[in-house]
Amino acid sequence: MTLRGRRGLTPYLLLLPGVAFLAAFFLVPLYYLFNTSLQEGTFTTTFTWAWENYSDAIGQFDEQFVRSLKYAGIATALALGISYPLAYWIAVRGGRWKNLLLLFIIAPFFVTYLIRTLAWLTILSDDGFVVDVLQTVGILSDDGRLLATSTAVVAGITYNFLPFMALPLYVSIEQIDGRLIEAAQDLYASRARAFLRVTLPLSLPGVFAGTLLTFIPAVGDFINAQLLGAPGQYMIGNVIQSRFLQLGEYGQAAALSFVVMGAVLVLMLIYAKVLGSERLTGAGI
Amino acid sequence: MDGAAANAVEADVRLEHVTKRFGEDVVAVDDISLTIERGRFFALLGPSGCGKTTTLRMIGGFDQPTGGTVYLGERDVTGLPPYRRDVNTVFQSYALFPHLSIYENVAFGLRRRGVRGDELKRRVGEAMELVGIGSMAARKSRQLSGGQQQRVALARALVNRPRVLLLDEPLGALDLKLRKQLQLELKRVQHEVGITFVHVTHDQEEAMTMADTIAVMNEGRIEQLDAPAELYERPRTAFVAGFLGVSNLLQGTVSGDGVVRLDAGGEVRAAPGSLAGRSGRVAVGVRPEKVRLGAGEANAIEGAIAEVAYIGVSNQYIVNTLAGPLTVYVQNADPGARPAAAGDPVTLSWSPEATFVVESTKEAEK
Repeated sequence: MTLRGRRGLTPYLLLLPGVAFLAAFFLVPLYYLFNTSLQEGTFTTTFTWAWENYSDAIGQFDEQFVRSLKYAGIATALALGISYPLAYWIAVRGGRWKNLLLLFIIAPFFVTYLIRTLAWLTILSDDGFVVDVLQTVGILSDDGRLLATSTAVVAGITYNFLPFMALPLYVSIEQIDGRLIEAAQDLYASRARAFLRVTLPLSLPGVFAGTLLTFIPAVGDFINAQLLGAPGQYMIGNVIQSRFLQLGEYGQAAALSFVVMGAVLVLMLIYAKVLGSERLTGAGI
Repeated sequence: MDGAAANAVEADVRLEHVTKRFGEDVVAVDDISLTIERGRFFALLGPSGCGKTTTLRMIGGFDQPTGGTVYLGERDVTGLPPYRRDVNTVFQSYALFPHLSIYENVAFGLRRRGVRGDELKRRVGEAMELVGIGSMAARKSRQLSGGQQQRVALARALVNRPRVLLLDEPLGALDLKLRKQLQLELKRVQHEVGITFVHVTHDQEEAMTMADTIAVMNEGRIEQLDAPAELYERPRTAFVAGFLGVSNLLQGTVSGDGVVRLDAGGEVRAAPGSLAGRSGRVAVGVRPEKVRLGAGEANAIEGAIAEVAYIGVSNQYIVNTLAGPLTVYVQNADPGARPAAAGDPVTLSWSPEATFVVESTKEAEK
């Protein structure tokens, strides 16, 4: 092989491990999952073709489905609202403490997801501090509780996915050239206007990445609803989990998974369209 | 520099005893006072770290002085943020907004001031025509070359018709040819719009080409503020003599009215008044192109040619004399002339009018 020919192949060779990995652990399972979604029965009984899995999935569990989107949506919005000022402050004012502050954001990851959520179980428990305070202040009635409410589930999701929102936001705000803000102020933009016209649009790639990284896993989450909620707060993840692992209804569970995947994909495409892909690709400089 | 004349014309920028400290012991700008008249092309010239950019930033409002007062026109603007000042800046890095089109970049300031509709369109169009980027309205800044980005930055600032336009090393990132071209263009634009330009640069040639008044800065102070020719012909400090062009400095002591006795022996006559009241130790200076190879002028010194370099338009000589090596430029005006050769003994001479006097630099050299 000539040197030129070999050089031409190099990019593909470099891609090979990644492509092979994705093929083996994503595409192949996806294919089997899709197959399963079209079948009825369990491993012990015989499988038969069944398109009804999809109509059943949508018809039976629309409540959990809508709830998932709602919880994930609220949690994402909350995470954005909390993370933006946080990321902004660290990026602009953090100075030499930047890395330490970032470490604080990542610190929860040193503890496993399940344990962190269990900790919230304690924090929000009926005889816990938070409920006590809220009852004293009068926000909660005397027999009011937080556990087994949608508030607890959304709070749990928000907490658990906050770093996924904060980090991309930090990165996109941090790389904005401070001289652009000076230029905006030079051109008669007050601090607030400079933020709205320059900082915010230039940080949209971070907003986009952060919301995707938060919303997508949040839609499929079941741990928070299971530990902090009651069946009344169950999300589509809970349904899929119990179909798969407890009831053994693989076909339906697989069909539900595909419905969720499709719905998220469509939502994301709309979202990207609304936010403007041109802006996202062009604003990163 | 004379206060009476400065008061007669309208001043666009006035700094009074402006000082800027960073932290405890860094004095970036040290008690500067200056007046920039309306319509001037004013250059702040100096090496990096001399305080010229900090001075500009204090006029723009990006830095606030530690002490002193900044006036724009008659208005005290000290402490006001940039968006409350009637100045606009062309930044060194251009700082164009990457998420906006060229049109929106130029329109940014006007939009903030509530200009809308046809007037906005017309003024943005005019500004873009003025700097020759009329056809690029829809593009993004990353699609433009460095020179084009520079023009956008200029249009974006000029479109607001500020009282003063600040330029922070605006040509620093461009290659030499483009820089030369844009120097002339900036000068033309300034002529057309008649706005006061304050231009920061470390390039003495750039400052001389464009500015009609130059303040040479060093270590946070203004060394000399004058017209370019005056700065070159009659530098008042050794720093100015060395920073603008090449100077031959000879150490000596004032021995009479306009007469300096050289340490190396002999006397040099300077132009009347060029001593400016100095006495004791001084240095006398002469520019290399004003020294004649041969006798004939009032000031003369003996030496031997050490090096010859043929530059095309001129021959450049290094001549060893008792007072140290002197640089001499001789123009190649006569096609038949043969240059002197290394080792030739030679008499150098120059006129008192070409002689300037600055403070002694002998201590600094040791």
